[in-house]
Amino acid sequence: MAPRQEIEIGLRRTEAELEAGRRARVLMKGNEAIAEAAIQAGCDAYFGYPITPQAELLEWMARRMPEVGRVFVQAESELGAINMALGAAATGARVMVSSSSPGISLMAEAMSYMAGSGTPMVLVNVMRAGPGLGGIGPSQSDYFQATKGHGHGDYRVPVLAPASIGEAMKLMATAFELAERYRTPVMLVADGILGQAMEPVELRFRTPERQAFDWALTGAAGRPARIVKSLDLDPEVLERRNLALQQKYREIARHETRWEGWQLADAEFAIVAYGTAARVARSAIARAREKGMKVGLFRPITLWPFPERELARMSRQLHGILTVELSSGQMIEDVRLAVEGRCPVAFHGRMGGLVPTPDEVLGALKALRGRVERTRTTTSHDPATEHHPGDASANGTGVRTGARRRGRG
Amino acid sequence: MTLHARSSSVETQRAAAARLVYRKPDVLIDRATHYCPGCGHGVIHRLLAEVMTDLDLPAHTIAVAPVGCAVFIYDYLDVDFVEAPHGRAPAVATGIRRVRPEAFVLTYQGDGDLAAIGTAEIVHAAARGERITAIFVNNGIYGMTGGQMAPTTLLGQRTTSSPSGRDAELMGYPIRITEMLAQLPGVTYAARGSVADAGSIGRLKVMIRRACQVQIEGGGFAIVEVLSNCPVGWGMTPQESLEHLKGSVAEAYPLGVIVDRSAPSTARPAAAAATNPEA
Ligand SMILES: Cc1ncc(C[n+]2csc(CCOP(=O)(O)OP(=O)(O)O)c2C)c(N)n1
Ligand code: SF4
Ligand SMILES: [Mg+2]
Repeated sequence: MAPRQEIEIGLRRTEAELEAGRRARVLMKGNEAIAEAAIQAGCDAYFGYPITPQAELLEWMARRMPEVGRVFVQAESELGAINMALGAAATGARVMVSSSSPGISLMAEAMSYMAGSGTPMVLVNVMRAGPGLGGIGPSQSDYFQATKGHGHGDYRVPVLAPASIGEAMKLMATAFELAERYRTPVMLVADGILGQAMEPVELRFRTPERQAFDWALTGAAGRPARIVKSLDLDPEVLERRNLALQQKYREIARHETRWEGWQLADAEFAIVAYGTAARVARSAIARAREKGMKVGLFRPITLWPFPERELARMSRQLHGILTVELSSGQMIEDVRLAVEGRCPVAFHGRMGGLVPTPDEVLGALKALRGRVERTRTTTSHDPATEHHPGDASANGTGVRTGARRRGRG
Repeated sequence: MTLHARSSSVETQRAAAARLVYRKPDVLIDRATHYCPGCGHGVIHRLLAEVMTDLDLPAHTIAVAPVGCAVFIYDYLDVDFVEAPHGRAPAVATGIRRVRPEAFVLTYQGDGDLAAIGTAEIVHAAARGERITAIFVNNGIYGMTGGQMAPTTLLGQRTTSSPSGRDAELMGYPIRITEMLAQLPGVTYAARGSVADAGSIGRLKVMIRRACQVQIEGGGFAIVEVLSNCPVGWGMTPQESLEHLKGSVAEAYPLGVIVDRSAPSTARPAAAAATNPEA
């Protein structure tokens, strides 16, 4: 085997060096890799405000964006940053902002405006532990905020949750694509580990094709003036706009739901986990398999739309599910909604910036198995013991459209 | 030739000979506004429309609408518009400016919008010297939400949220934000005008024109504060409100050009060329 070439990407890497490294594996920090992937995806403008643990992303943009002739502005606040993004995006530019939890709270208002007016934008949240100023350790405590919260009003945004730096890089291009295809803000959530750890990654990037926008503000020369807005004081008109928005969300759910399965084909138990928690889960599953326990991993890649149909189908073959999160248990609510009581759903999580160890997760798995076995000895017929092996979708990665199947990240 | 045809051709000739002294600029959409009778917003829209037309700006303008009574400004001015969240117009305009260097970028904000909730955005857009033209309508009140106290409300002025009059001890003092902004080197032009009477409106138009020209000439941030009336929020007839505007309001907010850094900078290139050793 040829020795793997590992280059550490310095902050002042030139285009030529990047080109040279395109087929090599290089060691990159998550925040910087995400930033570079955004640049390579054609991001025209970045607006940010410093916050740990995503400051390196902003710093990378501060150096690289002017180098490639694009726009970087350090705003006066996250309010400033996202509203700059709103203005730039309204002209049809490909824009991005990034922050961490408290900053995302400030960005919520404008996100709602952008969802309402159909303005594309990519927003990266490198989550930290809350509530309040909380701490700067890795956390997934913004699941509710990302999937059900942030701004006011009846709206959703697609939320992508990579589990590795390489996957985060690939998903940046996807994020811009979804934002423009559906005219919506798109969020990518990472945690402090993904943001700040270094991993060898392939410098392979993708630039989504540019579309011609018939809504973008470019000056009304030779055409009627355009308005990008969310306001409609006529309730009938506003309801119609909302219905159209909901129709768009159904389409996104139908076509853009993404997830990955691992060792699910013969699984009796599954861990549902995303991001860094999914990596811990993999180690725990490997140990459980060594001990003869049939466990697999169900990893949502889109947190919204949540892969509920796929998880529901999977739950029919399972004796129990363990949800692992770096939070008090937020995604578990969506897991339970999808599973609809077909099997027990247990939880293991840590908060405050702590990450559960594989042994902790293994312990939680054993406890779940014990609970299931105890129930089985007291029940004469338990449908949970029915086994449906060989489900074609039990392994591999899923995107709901057959056409867009993805490789494993 | 029939008599009828002859008389109509005479009219055509007369019309052609007549000097057109006043007409509605095309960019001002022919539509009844939602503003209260006597409100100053309409006058300011008209001035903007005239100046923008004179300077040939409408076709490449990208404007930012505020949250406030002027929220529907995009229904009256026929240019590309984006709606900003309350107070954020200067940040939105910054985004537009940075990705569209060729566009004419205009913001229009009220005093609640600009001098309360959006204070950080306006200060920093001005500090960065963003090449945008800002129209700031100071009517001393939150018109849209029903006449509450604004940061610009005069001492003693009764509003629905200062029912016994603004008391400095409890509610602080009116804020002269345009003077504050004028301190910043990024601000090329700052002026305060008024819609109180025909003379003031004429002077205001000159200020708005200058603030637009600054942007065209590549200057920095330009702002025109417009003292305007809100008869409904002030509990006055339109006539009373204009008298008040001329009196107490203009006393608290002096009219005139506060700073104009464009004049020396236009003279600079020649002087620099003369002293530049590399020239
Ligand atoms: C975040 C937020 N807070 C409050 C409001 C409610 N609101 C709408 S307009 C307005 C005040 C507008 O006053 P001003 O800017 O002075 O404009 P005017 O109506 O006087 O022209 C307020 C508080 C809002 N839309 N958004
Ligand atoms: S409330 Fe005041 S500012 Fe608003 S439209 Fe009426 S008069 Fe004008
Ligand atoms: Mg006001």
